Amino acid sequence: MVLENQIINKYNLTKEIVSFEVFSPTIANKAKAGQFVIVRASSNGERIPLTIADFNSTRGYINLTILKRGKSTNQLGLMEPGQLLNDIVGPLGKPSEIEKFGNVVVIGGGVGIAPILPIIKSLHYEDNYIISVLGAKSAEGLIFTKEIKQYSNEFHICTDDGSLGFKGFVSEFLLNYLKKDNKKINRVIAIGPALMMKAVCSITKNFNIKTIVSLNPIMVDGTGMCGSCRVEVANQTKFACVDGPEFDGHQVDFDLLISRLNIYCNEEDIALKKFMENHKCKMNI
Amino acid sequence: MQNEHLNSKKEKIPRTKISEQKPEERIKNFNEVELGYTEEEAVRESMRCLMCKKPKCIEGCPVNIDIKSFIAYIKNKEFEKALEKIREKNALPGVCGRVCPQEDQCEKTCILGIKDQPVAIGKLERFAADYEKNKNYVKNYKPNNSDEVNNFIKANKITNSNIESIRFNNIKVAVIGAGPAGLTCSGELAKMGYKVTLFEALHSPGGVLVYGIPEFRLPKKIVNDEVEYVKSLGVEIKLNTIIGKTFTIDELFSKGYKSVFIATGAGLPYFLGIKGENLNGVYSANEYLTRVNLMKAYLFPEWDTPIKKADIVSVIGGGNVALDSARTALRLGAKKVKLIYRRSEAEMPGRIEEIKHAKEEGVEMVYLTNPLEIIGENGWVKKIKCIRMQLGEPDESGRRRPLPITNSEHEIDTDIIVIAIGQGPNPVLTQTSPDIMLNKKGNIVTDAVGKTSKKGVFAGGDIVTGAATVILAMGAGKIVANAIDEYIKTGIW
Ligand SMILES: Cc1cc2nc3c(=O)[nH]c(=O)nc-3n(C[C@H](O)[C@H](O)[C@H](O)COP(=O)(O)OP(=O)(O)OC[C@H]3O[C@@H](n4cnc5c(N)ncnc54)[C@H](O)[C@@H]3O)c2cc1C
Ligand code: FES
Repeated sequence: MVLENQIINKYNLTKEIVSFEVFSPTIANKAKAGQFVIVRASSNGERIPLTIADFNSTRGYINLTILKRGKSTNQLGLMEPGQLLNDIVGPLGKPSEIEKFGNVVVIGGGVGIAPILPIIKSLHYEDNYIISVLGAKSAEGLIFTKEIKQYSNEFHICTDDGSLGFKGFVSEFLLNYLKKDNKKINRVIAIGPALMMKAVCSITKNFNIKTIVSLNPIMVDGTGMCGSCRVEVANQTKFACVDGPEFDGHQVDFDLLISRLNIYCNEEDIALKKFMENHKCKMNI
Repeated sequence: MQNEHLNSKKEKIPRTKISEQKPEERIKNFNEVELGYTEEEAVRESMRCLMCKKPKCIEGCPVNIDIKSFIAYIKNKEFEKALEKIREKNALPGVCGRVCPQEDQCEKTCILGIKDQPVAIGKLERFAADYEKNKNYVKNYKPNNSDEVNNFIKANKITNSNIESIRFNNIKVAVIGAGPAGLTCSGELAKMGYKVTLFEALHSPGGVLVYGIPEFRLPKKIVNDEVEYVKSLGVEIKLNTIIGKTFTIDELFSKGYKSVFIATGAGLPYFLGIKGENLNGVYSANEYLTRVNLMKAYLFPEWDTPIKKADIVSVIGGGNVALDSARTALRLGAKKVKLIYRRSEAEMPGRIEEIKHAKEEGVEMVYLTNPLEIIGENGWVKKIKCIRMQLGEPDESGRRRPLPITNSEHEIDTDIIVIAIGQGPNPVLTQTSPDIMLNKKGNIVTDAVGKTSKKGVFAGGDIVTGAATVILAMGAGKIVANAIDEYIKTGIW
């Protein structure tokens, strides 16, 4: 029997990114593209937000795709099918706005490629013309390319080192694309590192294309109770967990977001070091 | 006549002091500050009670605990009976004995308090609750038949409980929010035989009692015991479930729940709305306290959640939340903690005892001072620009209104700021139920027994009153339980 919160499948997508299918029928049933969950891996774990990268209400699972970076994500990365996540709550946040926009450029960078998958699917069912642009440091860092390609009308890849597709950042690719192609772009959706989203927005602003970004500030409860996730949008404070996570990128104060993402740098180092020491043998495998 | 007591020649016993951890010791740990009365001390304190014919204390208690009788039991060393007496009206005596503002309630109206210090009613309540802690809660189980008991016990994984003559009626009721209001209402309904499911958004039940009020004032063990008691009555607690997100209220009805009680509290932190508020190092009290209490950041890195520690911490506000934040900062190792409050000590809404504790522990009180702007450097807070205030005429709250003194702007150095100026209702649930009427502030509008504008849906506690007290939330939970019972039995709305 499968239990609630149990890991059904695990895929090591890249050296740094791991993907889980977790049995969570209630959330799978409710989830919409753009929403996230808060997860606690263990009983003394922290509450971390993870985007719902995909979901299947018939089989009752959600997909969580995780970049192993700090202690909690590395700990999650060590979990195996059959194990239970201590807590999952959701679906949280507002769903993506999905309708027939026309020509939509959807950009995913790094682990941010995962959350664009359900968005692309939904946009596809609304008959949009989808131009997807995926970016990673190098070819090995790319994830979900097959699935995304399947739903895209145009499919582009960018790698920093040029090992596949366009050599350079997704923002550079986008600039070239917008300059060259005379197709009218009705909307851009960009999910990835804050710096990437910032770069994309500064380009689309010049072209006057509405751009939606998904923000990933530090969260605690994910229900609007603490304000840890505050961001500034159009000079107003918003709680990303309830007012977002998606916002109009042209209105977002990215420098504030980036600064707030670094609040616990020292603490994260301490936690990760301690964890690595305790798990040396396992991590080497 | 009560007044005859005052003139009686009875020997005067001074109010029994409660033993406490020493301030210089306790700021180094998160253990409870007050240690509680011993049996002897409790009996001695109970002798101070005048046993008034018309006890005023009972009127002062928001849930009208029969204080005189429970004190009489303590006097006779019948401690368990004392607790039973309290439990008739109060489901959370271990909590209320510790956190109620007794000085504004029962002890305020205590007749002895007119000339002398009032009886330490709160401390006696706490004593009775703690005395019983290791014993079974519910006695005299009178089941219909043994199968019923066995099945129930198996189904609910109950070990040593003996549920008092509960006749289960299989009618499902949903309670939303496991704070004092939700827990109390669930317990009362379960005792009436309802099948109660208590939905809680967080991963741990207790509401403010677990995420807000610190361990050193209310040990989490006490809260857990109260939760276990409610569970032992057959209440099913579903954690990690946000009504409005995981399910809507209408979905609860379609799942067969006959009535719903909303007890979601006042969980939305207010900010000042001044420049610099989103700088690194500026916390809402909710975040600061949640990290430390619920997420146990004081045990980092054994526990994963971090909190910023720094030398100077400034807390803005004057209530219990501000005091708890300030005293938490000390325990996290701050060298200097300032409490910046725009009125004076007399207007502080915090419990008197906590103000005293905070001062003993070295919290620096900066009264009549209001923040204007937070000044940062490299993204981190550095200073608060403030203005001095003076007190004018009383405002709607009856407290004298603070007014700025011109040209009194000044700057205060700080590394961390904790904003504790109040909380409002969280809209996550109400946004998905537009048929529930709200007032201007977003609180749910109800009648005297908690009925909302939506049939079958009741509300109570902080979500209705705005941030208030544990005892009022609990009292509301109890009133609503009876109203739900009546509604289900009669069908009348
Ligand atoms: C730091 C602090 C110190 C305090 N000190 C004192 C004191 O000394 N004395 C005193 O009497 N009072 C004190 N109070 C006030 C007191 O704690 C509250 O008045 C009381 O807890 C309110 O109870 P409640 O049940 O209405 O709500 P809460 O205790 O707030 O509980 C509400 C619960 O509902 C859950 N919830 C919210 N939304 C949803 C949803 N959509 N779905 C599911 N669950 C949901 C929340 O997670 C929470 O667990 C203090 C408050 C704070 C914050
Ligand atoms: S994470 Fe706490 S309010 Fe958003």
